[in-house]
Amino acid sequence: MDFNATLIGEMLSFAILIWFCVHFIWPHLTKAIEDRQVKIAEGLNAAERAHAELREADTKVAAEIKVARQQATEIIDKAQQQANQIIEKARAEAVVEINRLKASAQDDIASMAQRARDQLREQVGALAVQGASKIVQREVDASTHKALLDQLAAEI
Amino acid sequence: MAGEPQGGLTEYIQHHLTHLIPMNVEKGAFWAVHIDSVSVSLALGVVFCLLFWLKARKATAGVPGRGQAFVEIVLEFVDGQVKDVFHGDRRVLGPLALTVFVWVLLMNAMDLLPVDLLPLITEKFGLGHFRSVPTADINMTFAMSLTVFVLIIFYSFKAKGFGGYMHELFTAPFGANPLLWIPNFLLNVVELLSKPVSLAMRLFGNMYAGELVFMLIAGLFSAGSWVLYGMGIIGYTVWGIFHILIIGIQAFIFMVLTIVYISMAHDHH
Repeated sequence: MDFNATLIGEMLSFAILIWFCVHFIWPHLTKAIEDRQVKIAEGLNAAERAHAELREADTKVAAEIKVARQQATEIIDKAQQQANQIIEKARAEAVVEINRLKASAQDDIASMAQRARDQLREQVGALAVQGASKIVQREVDASTHKALLDQLAAEI
Repeated sequence: MAGEPQGGLTEYIQHHLTHLIPMNVEKGAFWAVHIDSVSVSLALGVVFCLLFWLKARKATAGVPGRGQAFVEIVLEFVDGQVKDVFHGDRRVLGPLALTVFVWVLLMNAMDLLPVDLLPLITEKFGLGHFRSVPTADINMTFAMSLTVFVLIIFYSFKAKGFGGYMHELFTAPFGANPLLWIPNFLLNVVELLSKPVSLAMRLFGNMYAGELVFMLIAGLFSAGSWVLYGMGIIGYTVWGIFHILIIGIQAFIFMVLTIVYISMAHDHH
């Protein structure tokens, strides 16, 4: 153990080192560390907030999609109903038209048959008069027997 | 070793345990400054200051580079230790603990250099002796512990005032009875003095013993037998690896005790 001036010199240099560290190293580093801690905390907070916002937006989007889907089904339903209605209406109109056409056709047929019948009746009357005149061998006055002939035609 | 006649292991170790002193002073004189301890410790102190200062100067709150991150890890480690023990303004105690820890660690780490490396280099410059581990020099360890001691006294006065500290010295721990003043004071003086002595002796003892074991193992290299040479290599490696632990632990203990002693100086009894 030989103590000597080394001791004092080392004490002084140790003191200088401490002084240097106190003034030039410690404050800078602690400040940087503390600033970074604040920054990291802020960053984490921001991330948390963004997360929450994202979740909120997700639920909102999901709800909106649901609503849109519902609306779409409603629209489709309505369209189908309308289409059905149109078809029903068209069918009804067609039936009416058919009936009308049928009725008019039947009228036509009836009147044509009537006319044909009338013609036939007249011809039959004429043939009957001709036949009768041939049978009686004399001219039957058509005008005197007109009432008779008309009655005959009506009876046929 | 080289350049002198071989005188066996004893002479080898004695040679390695001799400090480099100025040529014009006698060994054992007051001005026989240990040039090796002073130069190595100062060089390492400058290394510490430059390393930390350069990183601290450019330290930003942004993404740190490797160097800054390393420096910050060391600082946060030390700051955490201080925070655990001392609940006050850390603007002086923090840097003090950082300086103690890094400086002692660096000086201890000189022990890991091959025990003959620096002496071999200095011998080329005509310097016969060179001890490369400043903390294995009792002047070095006492220099630090006495500085801590001065700080203990300073903070005791600062925290308690002159009257308060005197009151504590004379009345704690036994009581305020005037008959107990002298025993109280003597006990406190012993307690106070034991702090720097134990602080310095613990570090010195560990590093001195570590150095000595390295020298003893290194003695195997010149024992003239290949078996012993091989044992020397294995022994040196094993002791070196183990010594890494001691280096760190001793630096850590010196730092923690410094923090504890100075925070105790702040406490009121």
